[in-house]
Amino acid sequence: MIYTKDLSKTYKGTTVLNIEELTIPKGQSFGLVGNNGAGKTTYFSLLLDLIQPTTGNITSNSVVVNESEDWKPFTSSFIDESFLIGYLTPEEYFYFIGELRGQNKADVDSLTSKFEDFFNGEIIGKKKYLRDLSKGNQKKAGIVAALIGNPEVIILDEPFANLDPTTQIRLKQIIKDLAEKQGVTVLVSSHDLMHVTDVCERIVVLEKGNVIKDLETNPETLKELEVHFASGATVSQEEE
Amino acid sequence: MAINILLVFFALYFVVMFLSLGFGLLPGLKKFFPDEDPFVFANGFIFFWIMGDLLMRFFMQKLPVMSVKPLLTLPIKRSTVVNFVLGKSVVSFFNFLPLFAIIPFGIMLIFDGYETSMIITWIFTMIILVLIINFFNFIIEAFSADSELSFLPIITVVGVLFALNHFEILSMTTLIGSGLLAIASNPILIIIPIVILAACYAFNFKILKSKLYLDSSLKSKVAEVNAADLSWTKRFGDVAPFMQLDLKLIWRNKRTKSMAFLLLIGVLYGLFFYPNPVYADMVFMFALIGIVSTGFFLINFGQFIPAWDSGYYKLLMSQNIKYEQYLRSKFILMVISVVLLFVLGIPYVYFGYKILIAHFAAAIYNIGVNTHVILWGGSFNRKKIDLDKKAAFNYQGTGAVQWLIGIPLMLVPMALFGLVNWLAGFAAAIALLIVLGVVGIVFHKKLMKGITKKYLDSKYKMIDAFSQDN
Repeated sequence: MIYTKDLSKTYKGTTVLNIEELTIPKGQSFGLVGNNGAGKTTYFSLLLDLIQPTTGNITSNSVVVNESEDWKPFTSSFIDESFLIGYLTPEEYFYFIGELRGQNKADVDSLTSKFEDFFNGEIIGKKKYLRDLSKGNQKKAGIVAALIGNPEVIILDEPFANLDPTTQIRLKQIIKDLAEKQGVTVLVSSHDLMHVTDVCERIVVLEKGNVIKDLETNPETLKELEVHFASGATVSQEEE
Repeated sequence: MAINILLVFFALYFVVMFLSLGFGLLPGLKKFFPDEDPFVFANGFIFFWIMGDLLMRFFMQKLPVMSVKPLLTLPIKRSTVVNFVLGKSVVSFFNFLPLFAIIPFGIMLIFDGYETSMIITWIFTMIILVLIINFFNFIIEAFSADSELSFLPIITVVGVLFALNHFEILSMTTLIGSGLLAIASNPILIIIPIVILAACYAFNFKILKSKLYLDSSLKSKVAEVNAADLSWTKRFGDVAPFMQLDLKLIWRNKRTKSMAFLLLIGVLYGLFFYPNPVYADMVFMFALIGIVSTGFFLINFGQFIPAWDSGYYKLLMSQNIKYEQYLRSKFILMVISVVLLFVLGIPYVYFGYKILIAHFAAAIYNIGVNTHVILWGGSFNRKKIDLDKKAAFNYQGTGAVQWLIGIPLMLVPMALFGLVNWLAGFAAAIALLIVLGVVGIVFHKKLMKGITKKYLDSKYKMIDAFSQDN
């Protein structure tokens, strides 16, 4: 489904990402972990054609992402708050995304109504602009917007950060359902090893732009990851 | 007021105005009021100047409190932070502008034979007065922030002072006038304005110190949603979602909101020129005024495409959108504004039918040529715009592009019009503008294709530039 070949990204002589080959099959929940600067966001940005690869390319559903725009209809993402339009209310934002993805208001309403629990009554009908919402609530709106229009590939960068514990648990369930029941390929990055091992079938560890571990999740995975990051304590782990 | 090419000219314009006031006041007064002492006479009008300054500041100048938020958690005394904010407010355009009039006037007076020490005392008194107005305004603003009717305090203060003066209960004009004269002739009295200034500062200090908390004055305002019915945009088909987004963009952000008011300035723009008989014979000016007047919104909005959307540009680029629709929405908005401004400007026919014809030709030129030129120029925009920042005197997002684009936009049509008008007459010049405009309209689809390609080519550069903080 998503095939990465000889992909690298270099900024002024510094290689920030270098992946020889990586295949993510359809319907997999895929987790990307690594310390700051490991290249997680760079990889996602390349996947969305927001930056240009220095070498190689990514093929998504047999579309080369930096050559054609045909991947856009089946791909959606929430990377950071620059994916939100601050002067819209959450509802308006959902409808706008819906229109871009060929969904009418009723479609969008029926989708968002499934996330009432997740929203915890803080998103819909509050008459507030997205820019005035708290970081956590902004994130909730952004994640749900990424689910509009039945995408086949969903990319979420650090979805658990800024969320309260209850919402984190609900989000994990949502991501699991997407991959298991609906066959959606979900790509998630996180600093929280526990969350990714809970959610993802497969976990790839990036370090300084290179894939250094590619694990099938099993009961031992969390331990293995913890040992790995603890031993690599030469690299600081200040975040989360 | 919005940030634009014209704003720089406005600032320069005011500086020049004040300078000429400063240099021209003395000869002027001597000529028209030969029996009065010009220095005494001028001081009699200071009261009105204070009122005007106060009103203008109330609407345009705000205390820069938000900038201190990062300082609060640092080991800096609260009082230092307050002093910093108040001190920063002194370095404002509003405080420098009067100097352009005060100092030249003072120099002229000295050359005219007034006693140097007296005039220098007067200049210092005036500078203190400017600072008093500066801080007094913030006191008024502090009260209006608490009150429901936010204009009430300023209207009360100005109204009461004005009434006292007008009904001669307490003649403020003579009070301030003779006060200034007294200080000028008796420098020790300068203590009085200094004490007033210190009192204003102290009062501000007290107000601000008690408010410098995240939950009071530093709290960003949560705006109530204003939702309007935009279903009429549906008639534009697949562009509708973008048009709705653009309209909300304009209406819901400080920086863009002022643009709606630019429509008004656009309509009134001709009044700066046409009533003046000097311009009646300068036919080549009609085209420029027409272009600016009907294109006021076009120029101000268009020059920052696509930077208006810089805050969520990544979203747009990763979403399932057609770039051409996105640009066409902006195009339609600009065309609507041109038509609207032309229609509202029809009354200019009062100043001569030629003006109306020139405006019509200019409107066609704007629709056919300038819309495309400005969209094309937008593909060179590499500067981010923060929509939440205040609009007045905000140059964020302004780069070389904004200056260069003015040449094809305004100077080229003016030059063409002027040249043809001179060589072949008015009718030929009008015809030229209309033909150029019509050619642009005919080739609209083709032009848009080229422009869209230009935007796609600079996609990565724009994404990169818009995610930097400049």
